[in-house]
Amino acid sequence: MIKIDISKKLHGSVGEMELGIDIEIEEGSFVALSGESGSGKTTFLRVLAGLEDVDEGTIKVQGKLWLDKRGKKSFCLTPQKREIGFVFQDYALFPNMTILENLLYVKKDLSLALKLLEMVELEELKHRFPSSLSGGQKQRVSLIRALMSRPKVLLLDEPLSALDPAMRTKLQQEILTLHKEFKITTILVSHDPSEIYRLSDRVIVLKEGKLKNDGNPKEVLLRTAGSQKFSFEGELLDIFKMDVLNIAVVSIANQLVEVVLDSTEAKELKAGDIVSVSTKAFSPVVTKVR
Amino acid sequence: MEIDFDPFIISFKLAGITTSILFIVSLPLAWYLSQTKSKLKPFIEAITALPIVLPPTVLGFYILYALSYNSPVGAFFEDNFGIKLVFNFTGLVVASCFYSLPFMVQPIQSGFESLQRSMLEASYVCGKSKFETLLKVALPNIKPSIMTAIIVTFAHTVGEFGVVLMVGGSIPGETKVASVAIYEFVETLDYKNAHFYSAVMVFISFTVLLLVYLFNYRQKRKSFGGLS
Repeated sequence: MIKIDISKKLHGSVGEMELGIDIEIEEGSFVALSGESGSGKTTFLRVLAGLEDVDEGTIKVQGKLWLDKRGKKSFCLTPQKREIGFVFQDYALFPNMTILENLLYVKKDLSLALKLLEMVELEELKHRFPSSLSGGQKQRVSLIRALMSRPKVLLLDEPLSALDPAMRTKLQQEILTLHKEFKITTILVSHDPSEIYRLSDRVIVLKEGKLKNDGNPKEVLLRTAGSQKFSFEGELLDIFKMDVLNIAVVSIANQLVEVVLDSTEAKELKAGDIVSVSTKAFSPVVTKVR
Repeated sequence: MEIDFDPFIISFKLAGITTSILFIVSLPLAWYLSQTKSKLKPFIEAITALPIVLPPTVLGFYILYALSYNSPVGAFFEDNFGIKLVFNFTGLVVASCFYSLPFMVQPIQSGFESLQRSMLEASYVCGKSKFETLLKVALPNIKPSIMTAIIVTFAHTVGEFGVVLMVGGSIPGETKVASVAIYEFVETLDYKNAHFYSAVMVFISFTVLLLVYLFNYRQKRKSFGGLS
């Protein structure tokens, strides 16, 4: 069990804000941390890693105290001693070392390094330097490097946000495989609902430094649960008239759709608006694409 | 034409020793300055940069005073170790270290500051101490900055004039460096030697700088060359 109860004053983009979080995380679980940017997700992760200080709080991991700062008491385990793996958004590989050396720098465990390289299909690149790798390859190296020390907790700070969708899906699968193989408690910061849904068994949503929502991904993410309704949010790109009809072009999750509006609706809306498009979904047609 | 090479030898010996000492002193200082969030940082930075803006005579005067028997520092060294610090080579080394300090600290500091912060944090998180991170991650990734710092410090010390003249005087074979020798040749209207000495200095300085830029150019090509 991981018990976290921290508070810290933040000077964010929206002014002063208090990060105050009190949660418990079960061992071996996969927790996604979500919320708007500036809501304190990354800070929370960095506090867990010991890379950032708090004003007050305690962190206890599997019965071991990592942080105890209350009143005059001030105990803080350094990042070096916390037994964590951390995957950064910008990979943070060591450019002066080859891929294999990057792994062995963490721990001189060649068999583990080779096993991990094989799991993410990078054995052939092990003697290359990071600068010659693609973004997806770099992030895979970063991911397995974080596991070299066999950490108790794996922290991932938006690890896939810089990658293209296909690479993302592939890496999500690898993260999940590694999470299960190493039976490691994993905390992932992510904006992407499909990523969260696919990977995590619990979502924590932060808003302005406070807990806004906490539950399983189905409850938290499926906004229209139970209504049998299709409902999507998108950006209205254009409204044009075709004969007597008003046609709106809406961009929903990188796809463009055309919808017919009646004239009163058309008057109220303008390009650039964020709109919700919904319909009853009793008999939708679902066809396999790939 | 009889050419006395002593001034060149002294110049380069002085530059070599000064550069070695400063490299060792500046590494921890530059690392501290690049990592600290302390309010003292601007003050330390200002003091470090002082030799760039101060006239060499001001610096020379204070160092001369501080190292002479009239000051506690000079007296301490002479009474306890029998070391005189003015008008000899040791004094020159001490003075040069002060004079060239910013040229060593600043490039290394900006090298450290340009490092990805997450890279250093990644090293801490996997259990490595700050010292090990400095040695195995930070230093190897700022090679061009280190090269620049070493060469510029060396060149700057070779080019020293005012401070050397004030602290060391111009004792042949002891403190008479090339720049001082040239000054004296010109003063005595010995243009032939002045020309020769000056030309040698231009040649050596140019060669050294060229080598630095070539090295940095190749380092850059190496680190970006592998990109597909």
